[in-house]
Amino acid sequence: MKRNVLPGLRLSLGVTLFYVGLIVVLPIAALVFKAASLGPEDYWRIVSSARAVASYRVTVLSALGATLFNLFFGLALAWVLTRYRFPGWRIVDAMVDLPFALPTAVAGIALTALFANNGWFGSVLSDLGIKVAYTPLGIMIAMCFTSLPFIVRTVQPVLEDIDPALEEAAQSLGGSDWEIFRKVILPLLTPALLAGTSLSFARSLGEFGAIIFIAGNQPMSTEITALLVFIRLEEYDYQAAAAIASVLLLTAFVMLAVTNTLQARALRYTVRS
Amino acid sequence: MKIRLDHVVKTFDTFRAVRDVSLDIESGELVALLGPSGSGKTTILRMVAGLEYSDGGHIYFGDQDATDIPVRERGVGFVFQHYALFPHMTVAENIAFGMKVSKVKRERAAIDARVSELLRLVRLEGLGDRFPAQISGGQRQRVALARALAVDPKVLLLDEPFGALDANVRKDLRRWLREIHEELGITTLFVTHDQEEALDLADRVVILKDGQIVQQGTPEEVCRNPQSAFVMKFLGDANVLSAEVRDGKAYASGASIEVDGLVDGKAELYARPSDLDWSEQGPGIPAVIARVLDRADGRRVIATAETGEHLEFDVAPERALKAGKGGFVTVRRAKVFAA
Repeated sequence: MKRNVLPGLRLSLGVTLFYVGLIVVLPIAALVFKAASLGPEDYWRIVSSARAVASYRVTVLSALGATLFNLFFGLALAWVLTRYRFPGWRIVDAMVDLPFALPTAVAGIALTALFANNGWFGSVLSDLGIKVAYTPLGIMIAMCFTSLPFIVRTVQPVLEDIDPALEEAAQSLGGSDWEIFRKVILPLLTPALLAGTSLSFARSLGEFGAIIFIAGNQPMSTEITALLVFIRLEEYDYQAAAAIASVLLLTAFVMLAVTNTLQARALRYTVRS
Repeated sequence: MKIRLDHVVKTFDTFRAVRDVSLDIESGELVALLGPSGSGKTTILRMVAGLEYSDGGHIYFGDQDATDIPVRERGVGFVFQHYALFPHMTVAENIAFGMKVSKVKRERAAIDARVSELLRLVRLEGLGDRFPAQISGGQRQRVALARALAVDPKVLLLDEPFGALDANVRKDLRRWLREIHEELGITTLFVTHDQEEALDLADRVVILKDGQIVQQGTPEEVCRNPQSAFVMKFLGDANVLSAEVRDGKAYASGASIEVDGLVDGKAELYARPSDLDWSEQGPGIPAVIARVLDRADGRRVIATAETGEHLEFDVAPERALKAGKGGFVTVRRAKVFAA
């Protein structure tokens, strides 16, 4: 190993690797091992059962919807929080972290109460013919709530670091506000947006507590994959639970790999020759 | 394009950054705004660019009142101290940006042709595909200049353009900017706190202090005829001796010099290191050599006068002087200002 003046490499590396192994790799390995103990035919039968496929569908589509919504709303929120100072700024800034701090079950119950047919929002929306609670829309709203901080908090510091001179330069060259946003600011935010999006999506895929209260949990329509895994566990069918969970795991992996690749591409310009 | 500033004022909160500045810049002139930090020079430049709006007064481009024209319509090229290149665009894309966002639509081929022409002008042929992070500071500043020139600006504005570069690169770029200016003849205004840079480069130097112009003129005029102690000190090393004016002559601890137009009384005598000399016999200011600093182009002597004042002066490299030696500092030339 190359000599390094910074002390503590061996110890810190050892401790952290051990910890990651114990708390992350080991459970995942156990999951894979459990799922693998099924034969390929059984595995396929379980993961491709109509109920499981319906749960993937509602989970992935809701997560996509929630992430897309958060992409725009989170970017707007980060923009407002970095660009402007207004009365109550500090409170809004602190509230962004609330979904992290709040127990997700509490969030789920609160959202259900709001969006139920007799709730504040739900009663208005049901007059308009829109049903939120106990539908995929409700799942989406719960996912939006829990994953919002990811986009805001990844984009905010990058936006803060953008040199105002870049915008001034673009203005002096005749760029309109929209052109400057699209051609200068947005490309610089892309890596952060990708990181935030992938975290937000991954979180939405795995979210459980906030959703089960508002989802209604009807098999084939509003039952999310995480709940199906939980049900299989309750039935002591560990292998089936592991098999279905492995599909979630694989999805998350693929998605993280894709966004990492995109991110590396978007950061090409920082590589020195 | 002729630029005229007419009683321009700018205040930030309570800080009066620019106080009633009037200035004419002739078409094709290269003018330096020189001053210490906080003198308002950058604020003036940014107001000419339209990056700040003035609180009072007017700015004219030619005959047109440009005071309220926003930066994107003002037609200026602005070069920032830290380049402000778009990091995610290649050198060529940076230069092409202004042409791509322009309301005047151009053919792709025309843009490409202009970009390679500009790359040639700033001597960066072959670097068009690099990203800003992959080129040196001096190259980045040249890209920034090419980008500013790409939109055919009426006026070129540079904010401490060489401030972030090391000394050698800075000198090269200075010469080169002068050449480009002579080639293109664009009215150019640049800001610097480096007097050498201003004197080397500019047709005319405008010296600022506390948001006001204290003196302006050609480098020769401001160097030979500084009108205040501030300008004298700011333009270069200066020795200060307390003096007394009597009957048209200033006396300072053993030395005397003719002065015009000063009333009798206390005064300060300012002399450049090259205005002083050393002699073994008087008359002069009795002093003892404290240190001799050898430099590539001569010797700098620091002497302590009997009054305790430190004097610095330059002598020819072959003069044999040593610390501890006593003698007299003679004054060849000096400026005297009332204290």
